[in-house]
Amino acid sequence: MFTHNPGNDSNTAADEVIRCDKLTKRYADGDILAVDQLDLSVYHGEIFGLLGPNGAGKTTTVGMLTTLVIPTGGKAIVAGVDVVAQPALVKQMIGVVAQTNNLDRALTVWENLYYHGRFFGMNRKEARAAADEYLVRFRLAERAKAEVMAISGGMAKRLMVARALLHHPSVLFLDEPTAGLDPQARIALWEILDKLHAEGQTILLTTHYMEEADALCNRLAIMDHGRILALDTPKKLKESVAADTIVTVSATGDLDALARLLQEQVEGATRSQRLDTTIQLHVKGTTGVLPRVVTVAEQGGYNITDLSIAEPTLETVFINLTGKELRD
Amino acid sequence: MATTTSSTGRTTIRMRSQGVASRIAFGALLLRDLTVLKKNLGIFIARTLIQPFLLVFVFLFVFPKIGQGIGGGSGLAGESAFAAVLVSGVVGLSIMFQGIQAVALPLANEFGYTKEIEDRVLAPLPVSLVAIGKVLAGAIQGLIAAAIVFPIAYAIHARGVEVHLSVHWVLLITLIPLTSIMTSSLGLVLGTRISPRNIGLMFGFIVLPLTFLGGTYYPWETLSAIKVGGFPWLQALVCINPLIYVTEGFRAALTPAAHMPLYVIYPVLVGFCVLFLWLGVRGFYRRVLS
Repeated sequence: MFTHNPGNDSNTAADEVIRCDKLTKRYADGDILAVDQLDLSVYHGEIFGLLGPNGAGKTTTVGMLTTLVIPTGGKAIVAGVDVVAQPALVKQMIGVVAQTNNLDRALTVWENLYYHGRFFGMNRKEARAAADEYLVRFRLAERAKAEVMAISGGMAKRLMVARALLHHPSVLFLDEPTAGLDPQARIALWEILDKLHAEGQTILLTTHYMEEADALCNRLAIMDHGRILALDTPKKLKESVAADTIVTVSATGDLDALARLLQEQVEGATRSQRLDTTIQLHVKGTTGVLPRVVTVAEQGGYNITDLSIAEPTLETVFINLTGKELRD
Repeated sequence: MATTTSSTGRTTIRMRSQGVASRIAFGALLLRDLTVLKKNLGIFIARTLIQPFLLVFVFLFVFPKIGQGIGGGSGLAGESAFAAVLVSGVVGLSIMFQGIQAVALPLANEFGYTKEIEDRVLAPLPVSLVAIGKVLAGAIQGLIAAAIVFPIAYAIHARGVEVHLSVHWVLLITLIPLTSIMTSSLGLVLGTRISPRNIGLMFGFIVLPLTFLGGTYYPWETLSAIKVGGFPWLQALVCINPLIYVTEGFRAALTPAAHMPLYVIYPVLVGFCVLFLWLGVRGFYRRVLS
């Protein structure tokens, strides 16, 4: 069974399923540098996440790794094959779940799987068996004969995952897999991905939900403006904040001055940052933090309108790195 | 994809050579398109029949009945001559309609917001073969259209109007596939160049002019009568219309009437094939890859 420890330092080149060297994409229209010299390795058996806001270059990165976007610089190897030199060969080795519902609307649920199997070289009998099996496995068997436009968003996503896995790809790509899904469908998909991970399936996903990245991924790359700002396990990324408590303060008056004041005078404060309408204060230790913040602020003549306290999250990491919030 | 499951439960993946994988995937793509065709067979047949039926019905049945002859005013003999002209025109036109519709219309959907073409683009074969597969599936529909339309065009006419055909089989069985591929390649060009939003305009601004200036209702030679300063401008102008070579070709294949020389028709049709395939495949690349 699956014993590999993803993210372990003992990863070797032999375990590399994806490797990018200075991978770059500059779109001709508007001269936008969507992905800027990306270096990345994804190892066998891990769930790797690209976390970042819209426009960070995640989808373009996945596009290049799946042969749909042609890089303007650098190199990418997927399952040992160069994606630019031999795109048709790479396609044998990958499964792709796109952000939008790109199921074949001229076909039924079952036929979507059957013909996908045929595309990948299964004969009639094999494709039939595979379609039947995957419909059961992804709890779609009851809707086998339905038109794909008639099934729910969550079912459509499951069908897309089933289709992408049907030909046993070396790596499964998912672009924003849970965007637009209701909470229940999202949790159902997370369970599926967890199970696939337990079976040893290598997965690369993009997301702008930090909870998703935190819950699912063995390792994460935080991206913004086409660059990787940080890359590590979710735990280590959160530890990199070097604080135990994150205090979010809303107050009236000069917030920049308050931010400086809090950092200077609150005991244990390591960093403070003015966001749009709030201040984020990083503090070492957890006990008695709130009273200290309130005292300092009131002595400085500020009225605190809201105060909340949390552990560092990936959002904190992102704010640390970019000075802005992930979802803005 | 061929797989083996080892005793440890881990699935190992075996790669096929690109040639083998491409051949299999290409066949499967065709199979998918034919399955969709089979599902919509009723609509396909109705779509194929409606236009030739109306043309033949009005021109070869209604017109002679109401005495509104269009055969050059020489009575039933003229009508019969026109019938031969029209039958070859209608066969050519039907193939062209099918070819364009079969490729351009589905592509407009598949390139649309959801990009459902993506799963086929991600099938393990070069992207150009996905495009060529579309052309081939469209061409097959053109062939079927020809087989359906020909008997109708031949059979429906008013009493006294005779359709005098003399079939040259060699021409017929080479022209039908050539025309089918040429027109479905044109469908690929249109489907990849026109945005899905504007695909409806394609009929008004491209297909209709092609039809009316494509020799469906008149032999190309007769256009020489339309002159400005001694120059047969219309006859020259329609030479840019691929349909004129199709209808003239079928005129050569089906009727004893005068027609454009074959040594012009065949090379030009092959030329259009190559041009449209090239433009279409390029357009396809541009639409699916960035």
